[in-house]
Amino acid sequence: MSRAGIRRTYGAISGTVLAFIVLPLVVIVWVSFFANRILAFPAHGYTLDWYARALDTDAFRDGFITSVQTALFATAASLALGVPASLGLVRGRFPGRDAVQALLLAPMVVPGIVGGAALFIAFIEVEALLDIQVAGTIGGLLVAHTLIALPWTIRLVSASLASADRAIEEAAASLGAGPLTVLRRVTLPAIRPAIVAAALFSFVISFIDLEKSIFLVGPGRTTLQIALVNYLEWNLDGTVAAVATVQILIVGAALLVSDRYARLAQAF
Amino acid sequence: MSTTVALRSLIKRYGGFTAVDDITLDVPEGQLVALLGPSGCGKTTTLRMVGGFVETDAGSILIGGRDVTRLPPAKRNIGFGFQSYALFPHMSVAQNVAFGLEMRRLPRAEIASRVARALDRVRLSAMSDRLPKQLSGGQQQRVSLARALVIEPSVLLLDEPLSNLDAQLRGEMKLEIRQIQKAMGITTIFVTHDQDEALSIADRIVVMRAGRIEQDGSPEAVFGAPRSRFVAEFMGVTNLLPGTVEGPGLFRLADGNAIRVPGAVAGRGTTVLAIRPERVRISFPGADTEPDMLDAEIEAATYRGLSVEYRLRTTSGLCLTARRATPATGGPVMLEPGARVHVAVPPDACHFVPVEL
Repeated sequence: MSRAGIRRTYGAISGTVLAFIVLPLVVIVWVSFFANRILAFPAHGYTLDWYARALDTDAFRDGFITSVQTALFATAASLALGVPASLGLVRGRFPGRDAVQALLLAPMVVPGIVGGAALFIAFIEVEALLDIQVAGTIGGLLVAHTLIALPWTIRLVSASLASADRAIEEAAASLGAGPLTVLRRVTLPAIRPAIVAAALFSFVISFIDLEKSIFLVGPGRTTLQIALVNYLEWNLDGTVAAVATVQILIVGAALLVSDRYARLAQAF
Repeated sequence: MSTTVALRSLIKRYGGFTAVDDITLDVPEGQLVALLGPSGCGKTTTLRMVGGFVETDAGSILIGGRDVTRLPPAKRNIGFGFQSYALFPHMSVAQNVAFGLEMRRLPRAEIASRVARALDRVRLSAMSDRLPKQLSGGQQQRVSLARALVIEPSVLLLDEPLSNLDAQLRGEMKLEIRQIQKAMGITTIFVTHDQDEALSIADRIVVMRAGRIEQDGSPEAVFGAPRSRFVAEFMGVTNLLPGTVEGPGLFRLADGNAIRVPGAVAGRGTTVLAIRPERVRISFPGADTEPDMLDAEIEAATYRGLSVEYRLRTTSGLCLTARRATPATGGPVMLEPGARVHVAVPPDACHFVPVEL
C-alpha cells in the first residue's frame, strides 16, 4: 500500500473509533432537548422542560448533593493518603515495596461490581464482629469511594515523583534545608501539577462510580448515578438525558482543567 | 570562610561492589582539585560523600578540621554544583539564589543585597525575575554557581559542571568558574571525566580508577609523567611499547628494534615505554636524517584540523601512532596511506611506566 493509502486507512480507522466514543455523548445531549414524551427519534420539537423537571426531582437533587459530597471527601482522603504513600513508594527502599504498590493499585484492575460486592461482604463481616452498622451508612460509602480514587492518585503522583529530578532535593539540602523543609518548599511544589490532576481525577472517578456504590448506599441516601438507574427502571424520558448532559459537562470540565496541569497520558 | 578538606580512608560499598576503596586525600585551603577518571571510577561517589548525599561505610571526612562524616548535607555548609544544575523550577532566579540565605534566617534586607551581589558576580542581574526554564544552559549553570556560593560555603563541590554545555560555552564557563574560585579563594573539588578540562582548570589532579587513587599531582606531573599505563592512556598517550632497558640509554623493543632513551633510566629491566603521538617525528626518506630512524609505512590517516593523526607500521611489524601538525603553507596537508616514511622518537619524549600484570 502506498504511503498516502496507509495514511488514509489509518485516518479512517481512527475516525471510526473516535465516532464510536463521541457519538453516544452527542446523541444524549441532543435528545435532552427533544420535546418527545419518551426518548425516541425523530424529534417532535425542542424544549428545555427536561432540565426543569430534573431540577424538580428530589431524587436527582439529593443524589447530586450526595455525589458531590462523597466525591469531595474521596478526593481529600485520596490525597491525604496517596501523596505520602507515593513518597514512600518512590523514595523509600523497604522490603515488600513492590507488593505494597501492587496492593494499593489493585482497586484499579478489579471490576467495580466485584469490588463493590467484596466491600459489601466485608462490611457485613465487620458488622457481625463489632456490632455496628457499616453497610448502607455514609461512612461505608466514603470508605469505598476513597478506595476507588486512591489508586489514581498514587499512579499520577508516583509517576510525577519518579520523573522529578532528585538533585533539586539534594540542592535544597546542601543549602541548609532539613527534610521537612525540602518536602514543603521543593518536592511538593515540583509535583504540584500531578497533585492537581490527581485531585480532579479522584473527584471524577468517584462522581461517576455506579458499580461499587450500588452495594453500599442506604435508604434515602443515594448517589446521582444510582438515582438515575432507579429512575430508568420506571421511566424513559428526557429527564435522564438532561441529567446525563449536566454530568458530561461537569466531568468534561474537570478533565480539561486537569489536562492543563498535567498531561494525563503521561501518568500511564 | 574557606577551609581545608581531608578525606581519611573513605570506603563506600554497594553490595559486593566497592565504589570508593580507601581514598585518603588532603585539600589545602583555596586549592582547586580535580577528581579525574572514567565513569564508574568512584569520583562522583567520593564527591557525593563529601556533600553528605551518600553515606560513608568507613573512614571519615573533615572540613576545616571538623568531622562531618555523620552530618546531614544541611549541616555541612557546602556549596554543591550539580551536573543538571538542579535549579528549583518553580522559583525565580532570585528566589533560587535566596533559598540558602532564607534557610540561615538572615534578615530580608541582607538577603536582598547578598542575592544582588551574587547575581552581579555571575552577570545575571537582569535575569533575576526569570524562571529557570526561561534561561539558556550557560545561564542556568551560572545561577547554580551563584546559589552555591552566596551562602559562603566552606567548600565548593562541583559534579561535572560543564558536561551539559556546548564546546564554546564550556570554554567560557571554565574560565569563569576558575576566576570566581580564585577571587573568592574557595577550596574546591571538581569532578570531571575530561582530561583537558582537568588540566586547564585545576591546581592539582587526582586520577581515580576503580575506587582508588591512581595518581595525585600537579597537572604538569600527571600529563608529563604519568605513573601508570592507565594514567598514560587516559592522558592521551597512544604509544605504549613493552620492552627492556638494555644498558644505559638503550631500550630494546619486543620486536627487536632499539630506541635511544635518556640514560638515567638504565637498569630497570622489563618496562613499558610511553610516547605521546605528537612527539613521534615523521619524515620522508632522504629528506633529513636523524639517529635511530625506523622505516615505516602509513596504514591510516585521520584529519583533525590542526593536526593529522597517522597509524604507522614499521618494517619489523611495530604499530605506532603519530600526530603531525598540519603544515601552514606548502606541501601536502595529509600523507596518503601506503606512503613510506621514516620515524624517529627523540629520547626526551620517552617516558616509562610499569608493566601491569
